[in-house]
Amino acid sequence: MENNNEWILSVLTFAPLVGALIIMAIPKGDEVFHKGFALLVSGALLIFGGGFLLTEFDFDRADEMQFTYDTSWISVINSRYIVGIDGMALPLILLTLLVVPLCVIYSWDHFPEPHNPKAFLALILILETGMIGTFVAEDLILFFVFFEVVLLPMFFMIAVWGGEDRRYASLKFFLYTLFGSALMILAFLSLFFLAEDTAGNALRTFDIQALTEWRGANLSRSAGLLIFGGMFMGFGIKVPMFPFHTWLPDAHTQAPTVGSVILAAVLLKLGTYGFIRIAIPILPEAAVEWAPWIGLLAVIGIIYGALGCLAQTDMKRLIAFSSVSHMGFVMLGIATLTTFGINAAVFGMVAHGLITGILFFVAGSIKERYHTLEIKRLGGLLLQAPRMGWILGFATMASLGLPGLAGFWGEFPAILAAYQPANGLSEAVFRTYMVVAAVGTVLAAGYLLWLLQRTAFGEPSEEFAKDPNIHDATKFEYVAWAPMLVLIVVLGVLPNLLFKTSDPAVEKSLHPCLIAEEADLAALDCPAVFGVEVAGG
Amino acid sequence: MDLTALPLAEIVAFNRPAIDWHGVAPELILLGFGALLTLVDVIFLDRARKISSALAGIALLATMVPILTLANDISDSGARVMFDGAYVIDEFSLIMKAVFILSGYVVILLSTNYIAEGDYWESEYYGLLLTSILGMVVMSSSRDLISIFVAFELLSIPSYMLATWKKRSLESNEAGLKYYLMGVFASAIMLYGMSLLFGVSGETILTKVNASLNVDPLSGEALTSSTPIITLGVIFVIVGFAFKVSAVPFHNWAPDTYSGAPIPVTAFLAVASKIAGFVALVQLVFVGFYARADVFEPLMWILAVASMTIGNLIALRQTDIVRLMAYSGVAQAGFILAPLAVAGQVGDQALSSVVTYLAIYAAMNLGAFAVILAAARKTGSTSLDSMNGLFSYAPGLAIAMTIFMFALAGIPPLGGWFAKFEIFFAVVEAGGTWAILLGVALALNSVIALYYYANIARRMWAEEAPNGDLTPIRVPASLSAALVLTVVVTLVFGFLPGAVSQFTDVGLIAGG
Repeated sequence: MENNNEWILSVLTFAPLVGALIIMAIPKGDEVFHKGFALLVSGALLIFGGGFLLTEFDFDRADEMQFTYDTSWISVINSRYIVGIDGMALPLILLTLLVVPLCVIYSWDHFPEPHNPKAFLALILILETGMIGTFVAEDLILFFVFFEVVLLPMFFMIAVWGGEDRRYASLKFFLYTLFGSALMILAFLSLFFLAEDTAGNALRTFDIQALTEWRGANLSRSAGLLIFGGMFMGFGIKVPMFPFHTWLPDAHTQAPTVGSVILAAVLLKLGTYGFIRIAIPILPEAAVEWAPWIGLLAVIGIIYGALGCLAQTDMKRLIAFSSVSHMGFVMLGIATLTTFGINAAVFGMVAHGLITGILFFVAGSIKERYHTLEIKRLGGLLLQAPRMGWILGFATMASLGLPGLAGFWGEFPAILAAYQPANGLSEAVFRTYMVVAAVGTVLAAGYLLWLLQRTAFGEPSEEFAKDPNIHDATKFEYVAWAPMLVLIVVLGVLPNLLFKTSDPAVEKSLHPCLIAEEADLAALDCPAVFGVEVAGG
Repeated sequence: MDLTALPLAEIVAFNRPAIDWHGVAPELILLGFGALLTLVDVIFLDRARKISSALAGIALLATMVPILTLANDISDSGARVMFDGAYVIDEFSLIMKAVFILSGYVVILLSTNYIAEGDYWESEYYGLLLTSILGMVVMSSSRDLISIFVAFELLSIPSYMLATWKKRSLESNEAGLKYYLMGVFASAIMLYGMSLLFGVSGETILTKVNASLNVDPLSGEALTSSTPIITLGVIFVIVGFAFKVSAVPFHNWAPDTYSGAPIPVTAFLAVASKIAGFVALVQLVFVGFYARADVFEPLMWILAVASMTIGNLIALRQTDIVRLMAYSGVAQAGFILAPLAVAGQVGDQALSSVVTYLAIYAAMNLGAFAVILAAARKTGSTSLDSMNGLFSYAPGLAIAMTIFMFALAGIPPLGGWFAKFEIFFAVVEAGGTWAILLGVALALNSVIALYYYANIARRMWAEEAPNGDLTPIRVPASLSAALVLTVVVTLVFGFLPGAVSQFTDVGLIAGG
């Protein structure tokens, strides 16, 4: 592979950080420069960086790591700076590259109190570094560092620019995630020390690809289960999975609009990405034993999130609970351990990022006009701000999984995948999950339509009927929302754009024994946990 | 030895052991400048005020020169050993000496304005500071029970006096007195332990002590487990230093002493003096007691878990930032003790993780005290509320403090993460039930600690300044220099951990 453009991923990762430093150096008075520069950096990264990735990425080899760069980093612990992307990471990176400039545009004249665009934009750019870094990292320690880098800016975003309860929400968010990542790092270290090849030589590596090739061979069952458990805590809290989800509604409700959008669109995906990039590929045998429990928590999350939505009186909190429910579908897809399910999960991540992103944007704009998000005080949005009302309607339709829009392709295949889970998983259990998840889609339709009905339909309430502050979407809002709306339609009509990209990478990431046809299973010499003995007689 | 059998001349004639002048050059330079400082004070009296701080700074920078040449030298020709192994100059001792000198330099930067603006005699202050640093530098090389004790007293006695520096303040007097009484008590316990060990082994040189801890003194056979007297000796010596590093349950002096002493002195006690305690512990554990891992490991385990848990829980409830830093220091001590609890299995990694932690800890903690000092210049108080809204009137200080707080909490990519990571690394490498439990305790405590660190950050960024007073803080040049130095070190450690670990990956003569 001559000339594999090894520099591009490092540039994408660190350019926002450099941008943030430059913004901090621009004197405080020149607000326009701060905004313009942040837009320039994030926009250029989207257009040139994203464009470069799309043109140079070899879609025929989407299962391989591309644009790889590997150099020594912390030699004492044999941790290396390895970056690279395959078909699984590419969509998520593009999503990140897209969301950040849109957030900058949206916040142009919407800076939440206490204003200070300089610090706010610097934080957004630092966040971008952390997010992209997590998706490109191919070394466990590097991954861990980027995974943590996003915490600080998000903490400040909530703590400084958040709502009334921001103190509580920001600390809760931080403490929950740190708790998970502390256990995660213990799991990573255990892998480092316990991984040895079939000949008994210690691997002593944090290289994700090397560990994926190793696939947990020679690891004792209990060690595998514990290590997977540590990673489960780290990633599961981030997703967030029931019962670790309680930080999410608080964080979302208190975060400023842009914070909510980034949190929903990208940050939650760091957790699910961890599952499909690290936990399941490296420890497939432990994954098979954990999968029924993950599936169980996923469907509980689907139903619990949906019921939670029905009980909410605050629009933003409702959307936050719908995130718990939707991420439940993603996790269900992952728990099936099939290519079909995980492809659905990747699609679900992107779709949820776009749709929930829009929902939070609209909620933020409503809050700005009405100064409240209490559902019972709202109403008649279609009369007062018709275009915004229709956009809200469109987003709720997409969110409830209307075929033809992106949300559908995240949910439906995930449910379908549960019909036929991977080898070694109980069909009866997963088919039960399937039925429960299907009920969840009905509930989703219920709470979303009810939300739409209460906020957009009807007459405006008396207190807001004559409020001159309430106007339709502004041009900044249009510009920020349009790309997301277009993508929701495009991906809804042409889901193969995404499935085709992620599928080879997903297939490669899974242990062959998980996805082999029953007839081929005997030839693969699989460990007992994959249910070979049953199949082979 | 039967003295009567020797001719008189041999008894009286004193043969000076060979002294490696290059090897002790750092100590001699410190000593020389300390004496010079006193002379200058005596001769020029009040006129010496202006130069005493600069002179002390120069002393420390000058001391760095032989440390660098020695580092260069021993990388070619190996460690230098003096006095039959009682005084050793190796990589470990040099890196620790460098940490002490640089920390001392930052403390002088912190002190310059604070001491000059207070109505106190200055030269004594710097003289005492240099003497204490001299004790620390000696400690880094001491591989002998007696040299360790002498170094311990040499570094402690000046710091008792420094703690009472504000002589007209009752709190400062109380701080110093408490510190002194506790320190003397600790010395007594330690000395008793040392005498027990000397009784068992008949040796004071650590390597020889170590060798004899493996042998039954009566039968001369190898010991499979410890004997009561050895256990008692080892425990007493370690407990003596547990006072110095303020490990629970020997931490009670720290909060009172820290909040009563002048802030630069507090920084000195919290960083340099504590690190000196760890340096002694490390040398004792890895050189002196290594054969008795069955004794020191459980003890360290208990001290570590108790310190981090109790320190963190009490820190949650503090309303004064200096007291908070004192308890956070107790918790940090628990973290640093953790690798010593598995040192028997994973000696090398445990050692380098402790050294890494100490180096990074010095930078981030000194930095935090520098910000506290700068903020107190305006607010005149060290209550937590005085940090409120710092970002709105002193954004630079607020950003620096944020970096230090999250570095102390161990959030990547700031310095502290690698220090914490190295400790996790050592503990996980050791494996086994107790080590895993220790790892989980470390993980839980990282989360608890984050609460109060993040809370300080939140206060600075998200709260209103007290009374809406937004007049900026004038930060004197020396304080700015200290801040820049510590911020840069904290960030470099975080982004390029390879750069630190290259230096801190040191060995000691472990095992016997």
